This record gives sequence, structure tokens and C-alpha cells, in this order.
Amino acid sequence: MAKKKMITIDSAHCKACQYCVDACPKEALVLRREMNTAGYTYVQVDKEKCIGCGSCYIVCPDYVFTVMEEEGA
Amino acid sequence: MAKELMKGNVAVAEAALRGGMDFFAGYPITPSTETLEYLSYRMDEIGRKGRFIQAENEISAINMVMGASSAGARAMTASSGPGISLKAEGFSYAARYSLPYVCLNVQRWGNGLGSLDSGQADYFRDVKGSGQGDYHRIVYAPADIQELIDSAYEAWEAAERYRIGVCIFSEAFLGQMMEAVEMPDFKKRKEPLDWGIDGTGTKGLKYLPGSGPHISAFNAEKYAKVEAEMQRWESIQTEDAEYIFVAFGLPSRVCKDAVTRLRAEGDKAGIIRPKLIWPYPWKAFEEVKAVNPHVKGFISIETNDLGQMVEDVALAAKRAGLDVPVYCYAHGPGTPGVRRVMEKYQAVTSGEEKERF
Amino acid sequence: MTITKTKPAKTGYHNLCPGCGHGVIVRLIAEVFEELGVEKEAVVLGVGCSCTATPAFGAMDRFQAAHGRGTATATAIKRCRPEITLFTYQGDGDAYVIGLSETVNAAYRNENFVAVVINNNNFGMTGGQMSWTTMPGQVTETSIHGRDCGYTGEPFHLPEIISEIRGFHPAYVARGAVYDVKSINQTKKMLKNAFQAQLNNEGFSLVEILSPCPTNWHMTPLQCKEHIEDEIVKEYPLGELKVRKGEEG
Repeated sequence: MAKKKMITIDSAHCKACQYCVDACPKEALVLRREMNTAGYTYVQVDKEKCIGCGSCYIVCPDYVFTVMEEEGA
Repeated sequence: MAKELMKGNVAVAEAALRGGMDFFAGYPITPSTETLEYLSYRMDEIGRKGRFIQAENEISAINMVMGASSAGARAMTASSGPGISLKAEGFSYAARYSLPYVCLNVQRWGNGLGSLDSGQADYFRDVKGSGQGDYHRIVYAPADIQELIDSAYEAWEAAERYRIGVCIFSEAFLGQMMEAVEMPDFKKRKEPLDWGIDGTGTKGLKYLPGSGPHISAFNAEKYAKVEAEMQRWESIQTEDAEYIFVAFGLPSRVCKDAVTRLRAEGDKAGIIRPKLIWPYPWKAFEEVKAVNPHVKGFISIETNDLGQMVEDVALAAKRAGLDVPVYCYAHGPGTPGVRRVMEKYQAVTSGEEKERF
Repeated sequence: MTITKTKPAKTGYHNLCPGCGHGVIVRLIAEVFEELGVEKEAVVLGVGCSCTATPAFGAMDRFQAAHGRGTATATAIKRCRPEITLFTYQGDGDAYVIGLSETVNAAYRNENFVAVVINNNNFGMTGGQMSWTTMPGQVTETSIHGRDCGYTGEPFHLPEIISEIRGFHPAYVARGAVYDVKSINQTKKMLKNAFQAQLNNEGFSLVEILSPCPTNWHMTPLQCKEHIEDEIVKEYPLGELKVRKGEEG
């Protein structure tokens, strides 16, 4: 059975450095105009594009990302 | 137990070990080096190998002592003159973290490189704090080698009870000379510490974090408590004395002789000998105020150039409500002879000597 | 649903600048501890942005050392509590400038702990002054026309020094970086090697880590990434300078 990987984003801790945007091989991450409570335009994910590779988790200095996998249908 | 003849610097090291010292870091400097030399092999002999470090410098030594203390060791360092100045930053850090430790200062007289003469020139530095910020350390001022031993042996309990640094204020002559002494048995800490770095992150250093008024209040309370509870002195013939010597360490032994001889000549001399110079024994002065209405003044006898303790003598007299003049004889390096001290007493009684305060 | 990667339990959120590399490095250390099964650990923090990073260490046992003295303090902690997996966490200013003596001497005695040195080419917390590791020509608050090596000396390389000079026998010395996925993964392996060396009582390890400092380099985080990749690694090459015994090529 194929495993589906995905990420979740704890946007409250994002500081908009964009390392993840740069590291993402699928251009699935983008900064939008909404701000978090700290005043940063936090990163958001396009779940259609995300393959859950975890590159964003690796480069993120602010522990924003969690990578998960679930058994596919 | 039979007495044995021991050199001050060695006796203090052995007594510290018997008191439970299980970490030492130091750097060679005359006249304290024998302490370092002795511990370099003695700690191996009693199974504390690796807990002795000849550090690369004095600053590292005190920072090692802080590390060891933070990890629950009874940690000590020793030095003299300029070496202690280099450690001053560490004393302040240790005060900030409430880390107990013992530092032996075998004083040498003089500024800068100073000299190898004995002296008490480090009073201001070691008694008033020495590093940045507001703090004190308990400062033992032993007058003989047995007292040096007793100080190093009991210092650990005092240091841990209050979580405070302890200075043992020795002098070059005291470190280098030999006397017949009795060495106490090995002892261990009775109760384990409820703080310290053990790798679990559950206890930590348990010092008061942050900055601001809560730290100020904590400090004020802590040092006031030590000051009230650690009043230690010896008074000799102060009940009816007209003039009272105030002296600690080796000069106090000379002053005792001077008191005996002055009394024999009809002069009503007495002496207050602080055993601790922080906290300063202001109660000794209150005692004089309570029992002796005839006291005419105090004479501080010190082996430094400018007179340093004399300021604390004046403050203690004022605090006790004794409105009498305070004189000072600052002898400079070495130890004054009995005759010299007697001459100073007579210069005071004749009015030839001007008061300091 | 299974979580495969998430903030390690032993880290905490921090207030470091956007794009600062410290957060990644602390996470790598915590991950390495999880992977090595380390249960008792402690960090000796330097003064500088390394102490700004304090909250990132979460509930780890810690000692905030005096500026430059971390390796002296760590020496004693490890001697007294050898069961603790111990590391110093210092910046280049702390470990290589004011604390050069302590760092070199801990390496010289081959003390059994790991020194992690974050090299961001400047004194960060005080506002971006020149450090011994500042790049030639780099503008800082104390080299406003660019670092003039004729007066200041050249960029400083402690990992090369302690791995090459006679009389030094460190267990492991490496230089990593945290500017992209590859360099971060490589650095994690270095940290793992260093801590494994400590667990095996092999002695002193130094892992220097090149780290971006957007605030004081006056660059965006992504410009910093490119700057490390294109310029800094030429001055400070990445790789293992002293490999552990039994692992030599």
C-alpha cells in the first residue's frame, strides 16, 4: 500500500525567512499576505503539490513544520 | 589525636579534603603554590583522581570551580595577589548563580605584581566583593594554622547552607610557616543537595532568574541573614580597656602580646580579633558599648599601606553607638613587632597620633 | 497517521532573528540525542547569540557560562559527572576570540565533551562587530570600510589548528554549515559523530558550524544562504578535519 506523506504548519512560529520556500522541490510553499500574531507573513502549503519530503522541516530554524504519513487507500 | 607539624598551605589543603572537597582547580603562584602541589598527588591518593586540574590560567580555574560546583562537587581554588584579581569575574558569576565554593587567598603584599612579602593588602578586594555587582562572600581570617584548618574544614557547610562563596583569607607567612596542629577526620555532606546539574534537567541550578526588584530583595535578605548569623570574633580584656586594638590574622597575634605587655605596664589595652571579616563582627563593638563605659578609642592594626579594615572598625563603632576616635597603624608588608605596636598605642594615648575617623 | 518529523521534545521555541541558523543547529543536536538514546545531557552556553538561543534548549540542563569560559566550565562538569553527555554551545566570538585560551586548552587536554561553535563571522548579539572569523573586506560595526586584514589579522581557523598541530589529539573535528538541506544533513552526521565519540570516551570534539546572520550581514535570509554557498565556504571549507579512530579513509 502506498504511503501518503504530508506536512502541517504551525504558522504562529513562522518568521517568514523563506528558507522552506527555497528548499521545497515542488514549489508547494508560499508566503501569503496574512500575518501571524508576531507580525510575520507566514508560509502556507499547497497540499496538492506537497509530497511530504520534509525539506522544509530540515531547513526551518523555527520548528514550524511537522511531517506525517498515513497509509494510502 | 597527636599533633603534627604542618605547613600552612599544606594543612589547609588537607583540611579542605577532609571537609569533603572533591574538586580543585588552580594555577601556580607564590606564596600559595604548595596547596596546588600537594593536592596534585593527594587527590589521587584518596581516590579523587581527575578531580584535580592544573588550569591554564586563574580565570579558567575559577570557571572550572563554578562548573564543578554546579555539578554538585565541593569545589575549591587557591591563589595569591594578582591571581585572585583574575578570578574576580568568576566570584561575581558564582554569586549570581548562588554557587558555593571555597577560594584560598594566600595574600602577598603590594600592587600589580606585588611582592612575596606577607600582608593584608587585599582586604578591600576580598571583603567588599571584588567582582561586578553587589554580593559578599564569607571571609575567614585565621590567625594560626589550626584556625586555617578549622576554617577550611567547616567552610563547606557554611558555603552550602547559604549557597555563598567562601574566601579563606590567609597570609604569605601563615601559608609558609609550620605549626603543631590537629587534623580532623574525613567527613561527607550530610544531606544531598536539592539543586545541581545532573543531566536530567529536573533540578538545575535553582537560582533566582531574571532581573529587577525581586533579585534585589533576594540579595538583601540573603546577605542580611548571613551577616546576622555569622558573627565571629574573639575579645580579650575589652571590658575595662581604654583603647582597644582591632586586628585579624597574624598581626592579631602580635597585638595580643602587646596587650599583655601594656597591661603589665599599667595601660588598659584590649583587643577585638575578628575571626570573620565578612560578615564584620559589629556585635563585638555592641558588646563593648554595653559593658565598657570607659573606652576611649579603637586602633586598627593592619599590614597594608593605607589602612583598609579601619573603615569597617569606624563603621562598626558608629553602629554600636560608640562616639570615640578610631586610629590606624598600617604597617606595610611583613608583620609588625610587639614593641612597634606598643609604641603606636602610646602615641595614641599621648595624643601624638591623629585619629582616622 | 504517523508523525515522522516534528520539533524534538527537548527543544523549545525561541526569539532568534528570522533566518538565524541557531534554531536549526539546536534542533540537530536534539535529534542526535534522540537517535543516540542520550538521556542525561547538559549544555554549557556561551555569551552572545548563543545565550539568546537559550529557550531553544527547552528543558535541557544548562549552565550559562561567563563570556569565553564555557569550555573551562564544561571541563569541570564533565570531570565531576562523566555520565552526562555534555556540550558547549558558543559563538565564534565567544569560543575563538575572548575564549580562545579556554577552547584551545580544553582541546589540548582532550577533555571528553563536544564543543559546538556557531560561526556567523561576527559578534552578533552586540550588534555586529568584527570577529576573528569575519571575512576579508566584510563590513561590520568595527570595520566599516571592510575588514582590513593588514591590521586585523586574517580569518581564524581553529578546527584546522587543533587537528593539525603536534600535541593535539582531539577525537573528532569537523566544519559543517546550515544553509541548505544537504549541508544541514551533513552537519547532523558530524554532530552525531562528535557525540558518539564522547559516549565512547574518545575525547574532545569540535564541530564548527557556519551559520547565517541576516541581521548583521544586512542581507535577507536567502541572500545569506547564497553568500555562505558562494563565498564563505571558500574561506571555511566544509568537511571532517579529524576523523574518529577506526574511521580513517
